Amino acid sequence: MGAIERPLMAATSAPPPAPLPVAPPRLQAPRHPLFTTGGWIAFAAAAVVLLVLLPMANLLLPTDHPLRVPDYLVPLLGKIMCYAIVALAMDLIWGYAGILSLGHGVFFALGGYAMGMYLMRSIGREGVYHSDLPDFMVFLDWKAYPWYWSFTDHFAYAMLLVVLVPGVLAFVFGFFAFRSRIKGVYFSIITQALTYAFMLLFFRNDTGFGGNNGFTDFKRILGFPIATPETRLALFAITAAFLLLFLLLARYLVTSRLGRVLTSIRDAESRVMFCGYNPAHYKLFVWTLSAVLCGIAGALYVPQVGIINPGEMSPANSIEIAIWAAVGGRGTLVGPIFGAFIVNGAKSWFTQAFPEYWLFVLGLLFILVTLFLPQGAIGLLRRRARGER
Amino acid sequence: MVALVPGVRRALAIIGVAVAAASAHGVTHAASAIPPGIVHDLALGENDDRIRAMGQLAAAGNEGALELLLALQAGEVQTAGAVVLRVKEGSAIDLSTGKKIEPLPEPRDDVVLNNRVRRELGSAIAALKLTSPDRATRLEAAQTLQSGADEEMLPAIQRALGREQDPQIKALLTLTQATVQLGSPDKGTRIAAIRALAESRDPNTKTLLLPLLEKKGGEFAEPDSDVRAEAELSLRAIDSRLSTGEMVGRIFSGISLGSVLLLAALGLAITYGLMGVINMAHGELMMIGAYATYVIQNLFRSHLPGAFDGYLVAAVPVAFAASALVGMALERSVIRFLYGRPLETLLATWGISLILIQTMRTLFGAQNVQVENPAWMSGGIHLFSNLVLPWSRIVIIGFAAAVVALIAGLLTRTRLGLFVRGVTQNRAMASCLGVPTGRVDTYAFGLGSGIAGLAGCALSQIGNVGPDLGQSYIVDSFMVVVLGGVGQLAGTVYAAMGLGIVNKFLEGWAGAVVAKIAILVFIIVFIQKRPQGLFALKGRMADT
Repeated sequence: MGAIERPLMAATSAPPPAPLPVAPPRLQAPRHPLFTTGGWIAFAAAAVVLLVLLPMANLLLPTDHPLRVPDYLVPLLGKIMCYAIVALAMDLIWGYAGILSLGHGVFFALGGYAMGMYLMRSIGREGVYHSDLPDFMVFLDWKAYPWYWSFTDHFAYAMLLVVLVPGVLAFVFGFFAFRSRIKGVYFSIITQALTYAFMLLFFRNDTGFGGNNGFTDFKRILGFPIATPETRLALFAITAAFLLLFLLLARYLVTSRLGRVLTSIRDAESRVMFCGYNPAHYKLFVWTLSAVLCGIAGALYVPQVGIINPGEMSPANSIEIAIWAAVGGRGTLVGPIFGAFIVNGAKSWFTQAFPEYWLFVLGLLFILVTLFLPQGAIGLLRRRARGER
Repeated sequence: MVALVPGVRRALAIIGVAVAAASAHGVTHAASAIPPGIVHDLALGENDDRIRAMGQLAAAGNEGALELLLALQAGEVQTAGAVVLRVKEGSAIDLSTGKKIEPLPEPRDDVVLNNRVRRELGSAIAALKLTSPDRATRLEAAQTLQSGADEEMLPAIQRALGREQDPQIKALLTLTQATVQLGSPDKGTRIAAIRALAESRDPNTKTLLLPLLEKKGGEFAEPDSDVRAEAELSLRAIDSRLSTGEMVGRIFSGISLGSVLLLAALGLAITYGLMGVINMAHGELMMIGAYATYVIQNLFRSHLPGAFDGYLVAAVPVAFAASALVGMALERSVIRFLYGRPLETLLATWGISLILIQTMRTLFGAQNVQVENPAWMSGGIHLFSNLVLPWSRIVIIGFAAAVVALIAGLLTRTRLGLFVRGVTQNRAMASCLGVPTGRVDTYAFGLGSGIAGLAGCALSQIGNVGPDLGQSYIVDSFMVVVLGGVGQLAGTVYAAMGLGIVNKFLEGWAGAVVAKIAILVFIIVFIQKRPQGLFALKGRMADT
């Protein structure tokens, strides 16, 4: 946007677009298979490890067995898998459509809050004040639930909110933004303002979502006590299933014609327009889908971590999402998932071992990855595999 | 009410007989103007008699009345039978005759005052002090009276009002007078008092008038409807005057906020306009400027304590230089390699900002550091009773204006400015014409970073200085840039001032958080209509 006379090429550092190809475009592109045979094998192996081996290693092996997955690792891995879903969603929009969102934290948090509302209501009268209302409402001297809390005690409705709230917000926001052809850094800045505004809004006690402290002290989910190892494992397995499912979905998307249009929008938007496509529609679709994935990730995150507060909407959190995708490798689907594991694994380790150095490491990651690894870790591996330097 | 004199006191009194002889003459002369009946009432009467006597003294303003009351307050007035004495330093004077009595009569009794009488005594003394030639004494007296005056002091207050020249004391006295008159049983007096209050510029006046309109147990506190109507009129007049003050105050704080935003966004607009680079570390460059100010302040305190008030003069260039150097180093080492990839530049500069924050935490600690205002920046201009314009804010507004003027001069009058504008408008063409675009980029980035340092220096004077200082301004300054568009200083200036003033008005109307959210929503909507900002460069670069 604005006055910079330079193509805003988002994801790749490719040279300026080559002259138009002379060959007539093929109307029906051949459909790629979802995965190669090797890819399917790897996918199945991941599914077996995450859904069968890991839970069994936690549940069945004795505590002193060397291969036993310790209890603390289950929610940690579950949490990181939620982040991996977010990274995947970020990759769909950034890696494939070239739109860098600095506000994905807001969709994640909204999904989390929707789940949190259900969890708060299933506490029942076991709160500190033994009231039908959540503790923070008693504290604020509220007498009844505000209207937007109605029906949230029904799990199915709460799950509908998990999808609808981020989805509708993203749709409305994206509709206006893409219609006015806001792109590049302008779009990034506006999304940052969006999450910032929501953070301020949710910090207020009057908003009705617990203000500063958010929701916490959950007791049970669907009648099961929330902190037992069995519930944790079940949540872990559900998260893993969602992650694998979303990976398939994303793979399906990017190999479809829609995925190809998205990639070409990323690389040469004007040319796509002159070919008769309306980029706004494609962007809006993938943007909304990405937000919904984030919302679901947030809903899976809250019961495992046990708290949701407005801090999740802080601009810094949203920018971190971008680095997960960047470290793993944008424009690949497995990359961001690995990226989320690498960065968050490092974060867990550093914040325990050397808390004062974590920001240095994170900052260096941002700089080094953008400077030297534009394709991320996956890109590096692929180059190695092809024998390039 | 009369108690025995303690023995110690008697012993003390005997010691100073000789000294007292000298002062006896003056006392004799002064006290003589007071009627003996009043003196008798004061010393020997019941409480009500005493209070009435004090009121008469305060109202008449007899010569020596103040001295007598002060003596009474100090416990120097004693009685021996029916004779009222003033005992000071071992000698005694008969207050009704003014004659010196020797030897000290025995036994004597102290005049004991209960709390109620003491309070009245204080007011009476204050009323008499209103005639003092010393302004501070008068002011103090007027302030005492404001809470403790009653109808008996009215003549004294009115007399003082006639003579008083100082506006502050005069306002206080007028208010006190009206307060007393409001309690008067006479309807005309009350109405006159209410009218007088309408002229007040003091927000406290409202607390006097509002109770009149309140209902107490079904009855109005003020029984007369005419008086109530008058009170309502006066309240409205006061409100409108106060709202003028508030309005001016809001515009001022809006401009003040605007100039802070302007300083924060100016550098950003230059780097963004020139290179299309969103520098997420801009806020941290401000933080570096603020810490540079802190370091200079400490150096002055330890090495040049005499010139401490002047430390800002040294801090301004140092803050500029520190941030500019860091900025140029960043440009040379990181940002240079990311040209043409604005989204990645954004992420890389975010990484830089994290590193800078953590570096500052390591160097100076995670806590906020203390930056003291120089003496000449404390205080402010007292514009209305409810509005003080602090000097620190005024200085920052002036500073922002000076920086804008300087930058405008630099961009339009110098060779570097010409190059910067050329590269901003058409990089390829400028390069073809021999402009060293790489070097211009570095200088321009240094300039933008230096301005961030100046902003940090200014912020250190009005806010906290800590490692997170920059984070709180980053979103706001982006909003200014987005709203103002790039390429023209005017856009940034208008956007900053507009955002500042609108923000302050919304804050008064809906609270700080809602105001901020409303502004962000407004900008998001605004961008729909004018994606290039308020002042877009027109021409071929409309679409990239």
